[in-house]
Amino acid sequence: MAQDRPHVHELLAAIREFLATDVAPKLDGRTGFQVKVAINSLAILEREALLGPPADARELGRLKALLDRDAPLPDLNAELARQLRAGERDESDPALMEHLRLTIADKMAISNPKWR
Amino acid sequence: MTGGNDELVAALERAGTRYFGVPVRIENLFRHSGGASRQTWGFDAVLGDGRREALVLRRDPPRKAGTAAPTPAENALALTRSTEFHILRAAARHGVPVPVTLFELEPGDGGGEGYVMHHVPGTAIARELLREPRYAEGRKKIVPQLGAILARIHAIPTSEVPPLKAPTPAELLAQLLRVLDAIGEPHPVFELAIAWLDRRKPPAAAPRFVHGDFRTGNYLADESGVTAILDWEIAHLGDPLEDLGWLCIKSWRFGAMENEAGGFGRREDLFRAYEAATGRPLDRQRARWWEIYGTVRWGVICMNQAWKHLSGAETSMELASIGRRAAETEFDLVQLLSEA
Repeated sequence: MAQDRPHVHELLAAIREFLATDVAPKLDGRTGFQVKVAINSLAILEREALLGPPADARELGRLKALLDRDAPLPDLNAELARQLRAGERDESDPALMEHLRLTIADKMAISNPKWR
Repeated sequence: MTGGNDELVAALERAGTRYFGVPVRIENLFRHSGGASRQTWGFDAVLGDGRREALVLRRDPPRKAGTAAPTPAENALALTRSTEFHILRAAARHGVPVPVTLFELEPGDGGGEGYVMHHVPGTAIARELLREPRYAEGRKKIVPQLGAILARIHAIPTSEVPPLKAPTPAELLAQLLRVLDAIGEPHPVFELAIAWLDRRKPPAAAPRFVHGDFRTGNYLADESGVTAILDWEIAHLGDPLEDLGWLCIKSWRFGAMENEAGGFGRREDLFRAYEAATGRPLDRQRARWWEIYGTVRWGVICMNQAWKHLSGAETSMELASIGRRAAETEFDLVQLLSEA
């Protein structure tokens, strides 16, 4: 059953804005630093709520094609990790590198869009 | 100011009184932010004869009883505070700028394992050093100073420090894989990078004393440049270029991406300063291997910091949040391996 609004990202944004506006200015030292960590983490979760599901779907689609098999996302990632450790694939494989580049681009859009 | 820290105040008063030989009162005790795995506290020791000393305590946080042990992560190299104390003394003898150490806590003091040193002026906070106008002159000096300081660190005779581990590159890579397996979340990019590094391992060389965590954030600097090198807890024996590669990984540039050497200068400026101080040419390709190794290492440490929280070993929002920084190193590694 769908929940009432606010949606996940909207409620997270409301909490983040409350912490940034009403709480952070009153704090300093270690607690002040930790509230900034919390605010940053909430921003990550807001982006994940919006961007995570389509990013996971794209990663799954690419992995199915790359590995030529169908399985849940964690299993396919485990299989790719195994092949890389075993030396069955390496950086000379353009399809592998393209998959990794796109996957990391999606991850960074959530975890830290400013990273270059 | 010291509310809630009565036990620590009492411990510091006991240890301080023993060291100074006069009654000591502790004032203005506060915990420094940062340092998720080790605690650093600042305080004033007011001596019975009226002297006041600005001091710093470094100690291990008390671990909660009955919780899961951490993964065998970077802890495989982590030193005790007592070993760190003796390394600081050796570094000082060899001209490395470090805080002057005074005394260690003893078990009977009740403050855990740690040691006390003099406060050193300067800040370790990269964003202040990079942006505040008063550091404009100081920050130009940082990279040449770090190159020269590293040469002194690597010249510390191994006979003058407590016994340390001497992991080979192969052992360091195996250690990363053990941590990945213990956490059990497959990361194809880390697997690719470790396999890449494994195929290109540098030949073994005579082990030298290595700082192990030489990066922006782990030294103090002020208007005059670098004032002290901190955080010696994973010092070990190995390839000195490990320290130069680690300093250059993207995670320590704090937004100043064009300045590969810790955000304050070019990689090549660091290398030249190091060569000038050692009088020997530096193998750039080998330094690059260590920079890529360092990037994987930081990514795995990020996963492991989050794991400390997730396993219940050390509940901390700060540790938990570091888990999401692993992706930054995956991004960097895909870039590095595409260029390499």
